[in-house]
Amino acid sequence: MPRIVVDVMLKPEILDPQGKAIVGALPRLGFTSFSAVRQGKRFELTVDGEVTDAILAQAREAAETLLSNPVIEDVVNVEVVEA
Amino acid sequence: MTELPLIGEAAAAADASGARELAGARIGVVTFPGSLDDRDAARAVRLAGGTAVSLWHADTVLADVDAVVIPGGFSYGDYLRAGAISRFAPLMSKIVDAANSDAKLPVLGICNGFQILTESHLLPGSMIKNDHLKFLCRDQVLRVENNSTMWTSDYAAGQEITIPLKNQDGQYIADEKTLDALEAEGRVAFRYVGFNPNGSRRDIAGISNAAGNVVGLMPHPEHAVETGYGPESNAGTDGLGFFTSVLNKLVGGAK
Repeated sequence: MPRIVVDVMLKPEILDPQGKAIVGALPRLGFTSFSAVRQGKRFELTVDGEVTDAILAQAREAAETLLSNPVIEDVVNVEVVEA
Repeated sequence: MTELPLIGEAAAAADASGARELAGARIGVVTFPGSLDDRDAARAVRLAGGTAVSLWHADTVLADVDAVVIPGGFSYGDYLRAGAISRFAPLMSKIVDAANSDAKLPVLGICNGFQILTESHLLPGSMIKNDHLKFLCRDQVLRVENNSTMWTSDYAAGQEITIPLKNQDGQYIADEKTLDALEAEGRVAFRYVGFNPNGSRRDIAGISNAAGNVVGLMPHPEHAVETGYGPESNAGTDGLGFFTSVLNKLVGGAK
């Protein structure tokens, strides 16, 4: 069944404590090449049947209204992934 | 109610007729799945002399309440974002409409309730994780910056009050333009004094909407309404003024 994937990231200027904690932990494991980490959210919306333009539009609207808060977050990607 | 009140009795003794009128004012307290402080908020309403009305998030009518408190807690476990799912509760759309209507329903959001009000866009900005990343619980000093709102009129302008603060996502943020507008319009209702406990922009602890009927703050006035149970300063009852403010405004007919 096809899924619509929605990716949400905190806006660049918003503190991301999870990302900060991860970037602090990476060098302790020997991963020394990464200077910053930002952690986002990935939503997978399963669709029973074909993903029509109308359904994709619904997903975009849901992404802007419920899945993200435009004050602190950006919807960075909405795409269809076939199963 | 059997619990009654040193404070309520004192208020009643001072002006028995006024107390009867206050009791006629109905303050709704909304319970969401995961609300924590709804019973304390209802108790605070009663101690201040009003009638508390329990509201359920899935209700579709506001039950003729004169004002609404959206209490603290962890509605929906803070899943997605604090307040993000509660914002779409059936009762919230009624509250948003009533708050924005000519009737200007008074609404107070405390802690998670404040987060729900920002998610509802009744108040601008948002709350993110405390800058020190830890849950913090302490007695917090606030300055009342605006005593002309429906929920702050019983305080003096500039009065410092001490009430409990307890949260993890308490850092108030908004863009600079929004912050400047809040300051210019006198909509910063409360500021942290002495210590900013969460990195909130410009030490903001609470704000109001333009009309002054909607107020949100992170600290908990409903936990400081009874002698012996709140912070040690000022008998621990510094939070009572929120509830007496709205009751007096409602009874006085001033909006």
